[in-house]
Order: sequence, then structure tokens, then C-alpha cells
Amino acid sequence: MTAITHHLPDHLLASYAAGTLPQPFALVVASHVSLCDDCRASLEAHNAAGGVVLETTLEERLSKDLKASILAQLDDDFVREPVYEREGALPGPVMEALEGQPPKWKSLGLGVKQCIISAGENGSVRLLHIPPGQAMPDHSHGGLELTLVLQGSFSDEGGRFGVGDVEVANEDVEHTPIADAGDPCICLAATDAPLKFNSLMPRLLQPIFKI
Amino acid sequence: MNTQSALSQETQWMIAVRDNRDKAAFGALFDHYAARLKGFVMRSGVSSGQAEEIVQDVMLTVWRKADQFDPNRAQVSAWVYQVTRNRMIDMIRKERRPIPEELTQEPDPEPDASQSLALEQEATKLREAIQRLKPDQREIIERVYLGELTHQEISNQTGLPLGTIKSRVRLGLERLRHELKGMRS
Ligand SMILES: [Zn+2]
Repeated sequence: MTAITHHLPDHLLASYAAGTLPQPFALVVASHVSLCDDCRASLEAHNAAGGVVLETTLEERLSKDLKASILAQLDDDFVREPVYEREGALPGPVMEALEGQPPKWKSLGLGVKQCIISAGENGSVRLLHIPPGQAMPDHSHGGLELTLVLQGSFSDEGGRFGVGDVEVANEDVEHTPIADAGDPCICLAATDAPLKFNSLMPRLLQPIFKI
Repeated sequence: MNTQSALSQETQWMIAVRDNRDKAAFGALFDHYAARLKGFVMRSGVSSGQAEEIVQDVMLTVWRKADQFDPNRAQVSAWVYQVTRNRMIDMIRKERRPIPEELTQEPDPEPDASQSLALEQEATKLREAIQRLKPDQREIIERVYLGELTHQEISNQTGLPLGTIKSRVRLGLERLRHELKGMRS
């Protein structure tokens, strides 16, 4: 595995730490941090800053019985949440989002496959599987998009992106990522723009035929 | 020199909770954090009652997940901040926040407090740096970490000293990064 060269910008790490990042992007951040010690250290730094703000927040008076009620629960049984391990190219947070199941791929044609993890008003996040030499489905339809490489690599106007690298693009960026030779490229892609290409076949295939 | 006793009270309480399931130390953590936590949670606009439910959930998580606390990696306040954010997203937004993989780490048979101490010193410098900011900048920092700004708003803030803040803490975290590299290899 080559070194990660494309990292998360600071405002996304800060927003993740503060809990304001929409879930599709938060999944990309958690996945990149799982692979990148650099950004893990930066995230810890943002948590430290959050800790300073927490320490200096004005106190609110507590109900009298709150402490006793909590202390009385310390010996209660509790269920530990399951921990999802990395499986092959898929980091723990992706496995958790898939509830431990392997991705259910849907063909988009020409060997390109996708697995939508979630799609809603907060945006969408999905896995993409792109054979070598194929273009990624066009996804610059406005808004912010984050693409994290989990296997293989792709190249576009922004450079070469290998495992762990994350490309940050917005509507101003015109780019056509193409999977490099070698293993098929598997990416985790999040966007806050509506997904446009699982209903209309012509629109769906058009970007692929661009190559 | 006994570096353990040079650590902050909160860190010592948290270690006692983690290693000895010390309820008195947990009570001390409650006294230190609970009222602040309630104030922090109420800044997001929830009622006093729901805020106390969240405080209760956060404090129980602190007790139950104490084994995940590593003073070499995070200060107690940073760790509690992170736990609070997770619980708030679960309980207010009814979503599950995606969480990075935990670092798997063998328990250190001979814990060395010097790394924890160095991290605490960096955190103290960070606190001082935030307190020295001009009032308007400090307010923005508070709003960022109170969760009052979207990622778009954070990126639009010009002159926000996020980089400065980060580099402060990163001084201490550089050592952490080397440790992480060692653990992975
Ligand atoms: Zn990174």
C-alpha cells in the first residue's frame, strides 16, 4: 500500500468532530480516519478543542436525584454494541453501515457496479466498483462530493488517487475519474446532490460512453 | 519521578474508573462534568429534561466504555466531548454516527505517564491559546465545537484560526503518530 497523499480538509474534520457533518460525509470521514493516522491525529486535535469548549461551557443546575440515579445503574447489565471489523477492502465503518453483510452490487453496465448504502435528503453515499480503464459514473451535478478509494486507484484532472486517498470536489470542478490498470477500483462516494442515475438509463450510460 | 501523580485530577479519576472500577472516582467525574455537560447539551436547543437524559447516557457510557480511554491519545475532556457528540447524534437526530475503527492496542504492562503528561501540557497550551483569541474569533471557535456551524459555514469562515489550533495540539500528537506507525507495522 502506497502512502496516502490526498487527505481530508480541516473544515470537514472539524465539522465531523462537532457532529454537524451530514451522515453520508461522516461515513467517508470515519472510513478515511480508519485508514489514515495523519487525519486520526488531526481529528483527536479537534476533539481536544471541543473538550476545551466543553470545559468552559456555563453549567446548568442538575436535578437533585440525577447523580444517585446514575450511580444506582453502574452495576446494571448492558449490551455492548457490536464492533464491525474491516473486511478486505471495506473499513469497519462501511461494514457497520452494511450491517456486516457483503455489498449488494447492482450493475450500471460495462462492468461498473454500485451499492447504495444510504440515500435521503441529507445526500447519499454508495460504493462504486469500476473495472480498469472505465470511467466513474459522472457525479458532478452540484454540491460537495467526497470519493474515498478503498481498492485499486483512479486518475483524473486532480491527480492519481490510490487506496486511502480522498478526492474532494464541488460543482466547480469538472472531472472524469478513470480507474487505473490493475485491480478494479472500489470507492466510497458521498454527495449532497441528488442521485441522478439509477432511474434513467440514457443519462446513466452517457458518462460511461464519454471515455 | 512519579509522573502519574503529576497528571490532572480528571485523568487520575478516569484511570481509576478504567482500571479499578472505582465508583468514588466516577462520582468525582460526575461532579466535574455533569453540570457542564448539561449546559453544553442545552446549547443545542433541547429541553432540560432531555438534556439530563443525555447527560445520564453520556456518564453511563463513560463508565461502561472506560476501557477505551487512553490518556496517551486523548485528554478526558476530549474523550467526553467525543462520547457526548456520539450520544447526541444517536438520541436527538436518531441517527448513528459512523465511528472510525478503534486502534487495537495491547495493554501496556508498564504504563508510562510521560506521554499522557505531554498531551496534557499541549491541551493546556491549547486552552490558553483559545482564551487569548480576540473575542469574535473565540466566539466562532465556540460555535464550531458547540455544533452551531455547518461544514460549509466553517469553510467559509475567513481568518478562523483552526490551523493554529490544530498545529498546537499536533505538536503533542506528532509523538502519537510515531507510536501509531509503530503499532501498525
Ligand atoms: Zn488523511
